[in-house]
Amino acid sequence: MSDHVSTMGGASNPRGRRRKLLGRLFAVLCAAATAVGVLSLVVLLGDLALDGLPRLSGDFLTSFASRFPERAGVKAALAGSVWILVLTAVIAFPISVAAAIYLEEYSGRGWVTRLIQLNIANLAGVPSIVYGILGLAVFVRALGLDRSVLSGALTLSLLILPVIIMASQEAIRAVPRSLREAAYGLGATRWQVVRTQVLPMAMPGILTGTILALSRAVGETAPLIMVGAVGFIAFTPKSLGDPFTVLPLQIYNWISRPQAEFHAIAAAGILVLLALLLTMNAVAILLRNRFQARS
Amino acid sequence: MATVHDIDTGGRAPALETRGVSVFYGTKAAVKEISLVVPANKVVALIGPSGCGKSTLLRCFNRMNDLVVGARVEGEVDFRGKNLYDDDVDPVEVRRRIGMVFQKPNPFPKSIYENTAFGPRINGFKGDLDTLVEESLRQAALWDEVHDRLGDSAYALSGGQQQRLCIARTLAVKPEIILMDEPASALDPIATQKIEELIYELKTDYTIIIVTHNMQQAARISDYTAFLYMGDLIEYGPTEAIFTNPREERTEAYVTGRFG
Repeated sequence: MSDHVSTMGGASNPRGRRRKLLGRLFAVLCAAATAVGVLSLVVLLGDLALDGLPRLSGDFLTSFASRFPERAGVKAALAGSVWILVLTAVIAFPISVAAAIYLEEYSGRGWVTRLIQLNIANLAGVPSIVYGILGLAVFVRALGLDRSVLSGALTLSLLILPVIIMASQEAIRAVPRSLREAAYGLGATRWQVVRTQVLPMAMPGILTGTILALSRAVGETAPLIMVGAVGFIAFTPKSLGDPFTVLPLQIYNWISRPQAEFHAIAAAGILVLLALLLTMNAVAILLRNRFQARS
Repeated sequence: MATVHDIDTGGRAPALETRGVSVFYGTKAAVKEISLVVPANKVVALIGPSGCGKSTLLRCFNRMNDLVVGARVEGEVDFRGKNLYDDDVDPVEVRRRIGMVFQKPNPFPKSIYENTAFGPRINGFKGDLDTLVEESLRQAALWDEVHDRLGDSAYALSGGQQQRLCIARTLAVKPEIILMDEPASALDPIATQKIEELIYELKTDYTIIIVTHNMQQAARISDYTAFLYMGDLIEYGPTEAIFTNPREERTEAYVTGRFG
């Protein structure tokens, strides 16, 4: 017993000193790892801002792409990205949430459900280009939707469905069982339990997952190239059937030009894309706080 | 082991009667062929050591076990001349007429008013909701403490108040039987006493079946007591007889605190 007490002296004991040293070393390593991420982001943003900020102006947002770098702007790409973003959200959100509700609240725990679950998890890991090929075959060709903004949005919806479904399931599963039982115990139907208890409580988590998935969709290029987003257009989409381009594709186009002036506007384009993403995240946080305040 | 435990219901139709009720989780029987009669406007306590099946049995009475994946109920639960497990019985309707109060207070993350009004609302109540809410809160002996802050969150209440709110919420749908699953086990002695007094009051209008692991509580509040052990109903009878003059040795051992 007295031996035990003496080992608690810590610093005076060589083994205790080594343990403390190890602990501190570990903390330093973790801090260094964090710094790698933060620093590279700072450098990247700083570099972008240096190149892009001088080119960022009202004109840049309201001009179409041009072969003269000083006249080029992101109007078509920004409009296309917003179209894609809104359409994808409108298509993917209800389908995903409904699927998540079905899987969590209605389907049993049998092998069919488990198989579906496994498939959804695997789909979330399929490379986006594969969805592009699927979109090309199904939406563009088979359904005859052509190289339209609708084809693009449908393809991206497929891409992010599994991600939103899984995030929504997670959020639904986190709703305490006691609340469900309370509602059932008062004679609520399954649908009433879902609508009055489960969904309101799960909504913040569902929204967070949706926005994260949409952020991914907005940054996608490969599947949209497959379904035929165009590199150079001088108009914004007016309807679901119109051709379109998106910010990442426009940026890629500019960067692959030899002239240095285009590289600067590519940097400005990236800043616009980042601003769009940050706005989305801000909206997500606002929505989430509103829902949390209500419940 | 299907002993029928007859109870004098005073000539009135019993509120509930089970015949050979068994509950299986997978292949394991948690409740084995239990038959008992619950007289109307009485308090029936289900007692027994942890895992004896008393909560599982209670959850048969409003088909709450339907919600448990892998649970299977056999036998009959008769309520007003109808077996609750018949194919044409809607479990939603059963739960409206046989209410339930749970072990841990589980108010909704809403205001006190909205908690009480939830049941009537989802059941399409068409009358004066304000009056019904007040009536229910009064019945649950909570009105005087909350009448000036009905809009506050239910989470702002103490544990005991929350549990009485849950009782008020159950009363608001006007059930015929109230099931209580260890309603005071998460509460302090004073809050517990209030719940016990409330149960005594409610007995004039309702039949109450209560699961408790607290034997003194069963002795204080119940008219009849059923002792369950490892899924079997060992003994069922008037509470006084169970506690002072049990017929079964195991009942005596349990109520005198020799095991469990």
